[in-house]
Amino acid sequence: MRIDRPGLVLALPGAAAMLLPFMQFRANRIVAGEALSMPGWAMACLGAVLALGALRLPQLWRLLAAAFGICLLVWLAGNVATGLTADAPQAARASPGSGLWLMMGTLALLVADAIAKMRPGLRVQALILTLACGAVALALGSGHLADISVMREYAARSDIFAAHARRHLVLAFGSLLAALMVGVPLGLWLHSERGARPAVMGGLNLVQTLPSLALFGMMIPLLSWVAASVPGAAALGIAGIGFAPALIALFLYSLLPVVGNTVVGLDGASPEAREAGRGMGMTPQQVLARVSIPLALPVIVAAVRIVLVQNIGLAVIAGLIGGGGFGTFVFQGLAQNAADLILLGAIPTVAMALVAGIALDLVVKALQR
Amino acid sequence: MIEIRNLSRRFGTVMAVDDVSLTIAKGEMVALVGTSGSGKTTLLRMLNRLVEPSSGTVLLNGQDTAALPAHLLRRRIGYAIQGHGLFPHYTVARNIAAVPELLGWPAAQIRERVDELLTLFGMPPADFRNRRPAALSGGQQQRVGVARALAARPEVLLMDEPFGALDPVTRAQAQADLRRIQRQLGTTTVLVTHDMEEALALGDRIAVMDRGRLVQCASPAAILTRPATEFVARLTGQSDRPFRLLGLVPVADLAEPGAASGTPVDPALSAREALAECLWSGREALPLTGGGRVTLHRLAERARGAE
Ligand SMILES: Nc1ncnc2c1ncn2[C@@H]1O[C@H](COP(=O)(O)OP(=O)(O)OP(=O)(O)O)[C@@H](O)[C@H]1O
Ligand SMILES: [Mg+2]
Repeated sequence: MRIDRPGLVLALPGAAAMLLPFMQFRANRIVAGEALSMPGWAMACLGAVLALGALRLPQLWRLLAAAFGICLLVWLAGNVATGLTADAPQAARASPGSGLWLMMGTLALLVADAIAKMRPGLRVQALILTLACGAVALALGSGHLADISVMREYAARSDIFAAHARRHLVLAFGSLLAALMVGVPLGLWLHSERGARPAVMGGLNLVQTLPSLALFGMMIPLLSWVAASVPGAAALGIAGIGFAPALIALFLYSLLPVVGNTVVGLDGASPEAREAGRGMGMTPQQVLARVSIPLALPVIVAAVRIVLVQNIGLAVIAGLIGGGGFGTFVFQGLAQNAADLILLGAIPTVAMALVAGIALDLVVKALQR
Repeated sequence: MIEIRNLSRRFGTVMAVDDVSLTIAKGEMVALVGTSGSGKTTLLRMLNRLVEPSSGTVLLNGQDTAALPAHLLRRRIGYAIQGHGLFPHYTVARNIAAVPELLGWPAAQIRERVDELLTLFGMPPADFRNRRPAALSGGQQQRVGVARALAARPEVLLMDEPFGALDPVTRAQAQADLRRIQRQLGTTTVLVTHDMEEALALGDRIAVMDRGRLVQCASPAAILTRPATEFVARLTGQSDRPFRLLGLVPVADLAEPGAASGTPVDPALSAREALAECLWSGREALPLTGGGRVTLHRLAERARGAE
């Protein structure tokens, strides 16, 4: 039997994960709890999965083994949580321990490694992504995990969770859309007006270096003034704190990648092709629309990917100034020292960023063909 | 017909093109030669106004080209450049269709024209229509570039070193194709080239440029036998001159009645090739297929420039 090196490397954290606590049981959400380790039979199963992962087998086998391990882990976590909390008072919490998280991460990397080595086509990759999202939705929707602490936090807030999720999406996608509407035309303009580049790019670079808190600090007086003095502004929801400054901050942070990539993409579009377009009688607008922009598109979409992933993460700060989104849970959790509540904000944020990143990578690859 | 009248272009202190006048007849192919930096590209690009003249005029069929919007003028003039400039994100068919599309031809007519051109250039449409330029060889890309320039049946075709990047064999094929197609379509053509052999093989007339000025424009034979200046003589290559002169005529033109020994040669061969055959086989005369002969003496006479 031959050894698969990345698989072998992954077996190490996997083995360590078995020694770490699998679940934590606490009397309530604040106090420290007792650690539970994984049942022996599960250790044996997962050990076998890791061993399969470390061998040079057909990649589909490694993939299926790791996927089975993840399912087992999730199923077990739900079961153990239900068992622990069944006879306990309502405030008692069963939360995933470091061992569970580490094992989950290890198996996820094993899945990624196997998929990467199978070199699936773009369609298959998209299908795998869809299936993975569906599996997560199924696991969460089934109620099997309802007794895990994070899901308890969710249950307590299920009424506002969807609204905050929507708000998070609006913040991330809305700022991206605005940045595209302003940044692409700005990039087009800078493409022809080389002289204006240093000033504009310098300004955008400066914005990028401002810490978000400083940006908010500057916007509070500015937007308060706008709300107070521009008729109708307050009715539109513009205020010193809240949604508007969060959206504006994300928009400003998005501009540099969008403008920068638009300019680079247009500059890189084959000069001979542009010259040929001009020589055959295209107007400057036609050269732009039929040659330069299509050729620059993969680079512009790459900027969309960067900005979207960045904004999904950054949108958490909106929670700090009452702008809504998953950040609300994160900052509430921080204030209450409740780790489960922080996770209720953090996990969906990471998942959303991950899915958006992978999906847009696929789009970029599809455009580059 | 193209009439160039006192055309000049200055870049800073450099006169890239200096007071050039030239009339090119309908259906004629003029080869523009000269050393690097002599202003060939600038002159060519003033014809479709990719470069605006500093002074002077260009008339296309009697109409001042400056009177038209530049992009409308360019749609009437085919333009092919070295490195082909094909659109990498378009298929071969869409590349060729580019100008007809700009002109708003109906889709069916465009499709028909694309297939016609691909066939004309020896590229079976079914095989090539839907390929991307990246999936073609350099020579095929070049042919598609020329096909694209000819797609909308332009009155004039401008070419700037179109075959510069091709190997000798592919280049010879591309030149032969261009000659055949240009004759067939009767497109007035201006071809910029660095390659004297190419100019002699393709040009009805050869225009020689030196430091922005047009120093001579004459038939290949006249350029070789009666160079207007020392520069033209040097450019046409004095050591090769007799051979180049022989390269211009088919051996049939020098035939005389009579017989000769050895294998006969094809009368369509150039006199240059017949001379090489004489020297190589050590014969004083060669029989021609279908009767008659050509003598070494006659070939030598012709190589000296005698009519
Ligand atoms: N856009 C420009 N700006 C400034 N100078 C130019 C420009 N275009 C051409 N020139 C100058 O004009 C002169 C003629 O250039 P041109 O490109 O017409 O030469 P060419 O005969 O085509 O040369 P080559 O055989 O190397 O292509 C050169 O001295 C060149 O440096
Ligand atoms: Mg040139």
